[in-house]
Amino acid sequence: MTEIPADLRFLKTHEWVRRTDDGNFRVGISDHAQAQLGDLVYVELPETGRELAAGAACAVVESVKAASDVYAPISGRVLAVNEQLRDKPETINEDAFGEGWLFSLSANDPSAFDQLLDAASYAQLLAEQDH
Amino acid sequence: MLRTTPLNALHRSLGARMVDFGGWDMPLHYGSQMEEHHQVRREAGLFDVSHMLAVDLQGPAVRDFLRHLLANDVAKLKAPGKALYSCMLNHAGGVLDDLIVYHLSPTDYRLVVNAGTREKDLAWIRSQSAGLDLQIRERSDLAMVALQGPKAREILFGLLGETEREVVEALTRFQAAQVGERFVARTGYTGEDGFEILLPAASAEAFWQQLMAAGARPAGLGARDTLRLEAGMNLYGQDMDESTTPLESALGWTVAFDPPERDFIGRSALETQRAEGIPRLLVGLVLDERGVLRHDQRVLCGDSGEGVITSGSFAPTLGKSVAFARVPAGHADVLRVDLRGREVAVRLFRPPFVRNGQPADGL
Repeated sequence: MTEIPADLRFLKTHEWVRRTDDGNFRVGISDHAQAQLGDLVYVELPETGRELAAGAACAVVESVKAASDVYAPISGRVLAVNEQLRDKPETINEDAFGEGWLFSLSANDPSAFDQLLDAASYAQLLAEQDH
Repeated sequence: MLRTTPLNALHRSLGARMVDFGGWDMPLHYGSQMEEHHQVRREAGLFDVSHMLAVDLQGPAVRDFLRHLLANDVAKLKAPGKALYSCMLNHAGGVLDDLIVYHLSPTDYRLVVNAGTREKDLAWIRSQSAGLDLQIRERSDLAMVALQGPKAREILFGLLGETEREVVEALTRFQAAQVGERFVARTGYTGEDGFEILLPAASAEAFWQQLMAAGARPAGLGARDTLRLEAGMNLYGQDMDESTTPLESALGWTVAFDPPERDFIGRSALETQRAEGIPRLLVGLVLDERGVLRHDQRVLCGDSGEGVITSGSFAPTLGKSVAFARVPAGHADVLRVDLRGREVAVRLFRPPFVRNGQPADGL
């Protein structure tokens, strides 16, 4: 299993968020989530410009095995989506924390990021689920 | 406590993701289900199917008993080693299990039955054969591996001595032979050429490693499921069970109504159903747009009502989703499926969806 990057924050539902240099945020699903799902075959991404409320289902990742909703970790407006996932959804399997990002957003309240689980807490959560 | 096969430790050492499959600890995949699927279609894959059970039936009464027990007719099996796919029915015509029966000699047959039904099957076979002159031997001492794909033959041949090789090379489809300690059958559940091989549990690991060294790559139950779906093969417990007859499960071709005097279990129920009209059919579906058809999704059939997807998946060879669905008889040609709240049109397509490693015409 890939190591969990320390700069990421997480939801219990396995979404990650990264603060980018421009002060906006990137969202993806964790390496644990992609491993649970197995080979991804389709990704539905939100429309650019859409306003997302934290906790709203805003994307779908679908594998050979199952379809899974992705929830917005923080409220904000969608700036861009990762277009290469439409043809290469397996990018998420290969690099969930990097090239496999789903979309970026500008946060209504950037401090919401700091309220999410940090990498250590998320690792702890995964360890507990293993038992 | 999960049950394990003789290859369990080897799967773990190969990095398999293990899952509880009907009480058995089995490999789902060894990294990528999709790559394993393609490997079987293009070269050769290796499956552990030791959770399935071989049952040997021996004695003077065996042939007549099997002609009564099974919906297909073992009298079709003339040459030694020939095999037949059949349903085993209850008196109401419901499917207790689907199995392969091998004809070894006039007094010696072998059944290979599903893992999830092994206890039920044994109890049924024992109760139905009570008082008959035959022995029932449960072969839990044997492991079973499936070597499947266009390269399966050359891989297996390379491991055999000259005389063994001659025997195996001569096997026709659906024929088996005992070759040394191994029982080699030219059968499978993927739509590809290949073999299912029964051998002593203690020899399984070494044999598996030999096959891997010769170019076969391990494949898990995930790939096995997408391969069999593409090949148009039913899965027991999902596409048919005790509540459905073979006629409602696209398995009418496996029921031998001739000769009419053969009295097999379930016959009168099936004849009644045939006379009254079969109310539900199992059909193949294709989704030409994005999305994945999955087990339990509703199929909307217009005026004829609703059906349900029994097996559905993304089909890696096709790059789109296919499914089997049980729908009311007399349904329209274009059906719709409720895909997570979105209604999509699906096309009826008669399986198999993939033939000889290639998409069937029209896909």
